Amino acid sequence: MIEQVFFYAALVVMVAGFISVLRVILGPSVPDRVVGVDTLNTIVVAAMILLGAAYDREIYIDIAIVYALLSYVGTLAIARYLQGGLS
Amino acid sequence: MSWVNYLIYAFLAVSLTFNTLGSIALHRFPDVYTRLHGATKCTTFGTIFAVLAVVTHALYRLHVTGDSKYLQMALHSFVALIALLLTNPVGAHAIAKAARLSGYRPAKAVVDAYEEKLGGGKE
Repeated sequence: MIEQVFFYAALVVMVAGFISVLRVILGPSVPDRVVGVDTLNTIVVAAMILLGAAYDREIYIDIAIVYALLSYVGTLAIARYLQGGLS
Repeated sequence: MSWVNYLIYAFLAVSLTFNTLGSIALHRFPDVYTRLHGATKCTTFGTIFAVLAVVTHALYRLHVTGDSKYLQMALHSFVALIALLLTNPVGAHAIAKAARLSGYRPAKAVVDAYEEKLGGGKE
């Protein structure tokens, strides 16, 4: 019964993720889109943890850890590229 | 049984409120820096409470059933929270500095101290 509550909570978090995808689509400049992607990464990590509690699988939470670290590396690479080259 | 459920409902309510407010803040602010401020703060705070709800659920299940996979679920979600708390402000700082160095000014700023530090008055 409590697992269904976690599932609907993950659904509401995914609706928030779609709202931040709108900023990625219609952002006027490149840093606006990067901010949208960064927000989407945090929301996806929260949704993965809630889904791991909903389906009672702890392997989803391990994937959430790896996704958090990889999205951090991606954000740093995009920011380094924006401020003048990867060299 | 019942008060643990109410505790989990309260944590989930705070988490969903702040995550939704953080994604709405992307559309209600005028420029990059204020959007970054609202979105990063609100989603980090909301994710803290989502992990608190999952940890409460897993520890209660560990107390009831005695299965060790619930202990693993609680510890790993706590590790995910630590990783997110350490990397999220660093990423936001990198985005803000890259946006300022590539020439995007704040929308309604009166004082821009970073431009004087850059050797200013070029723009």
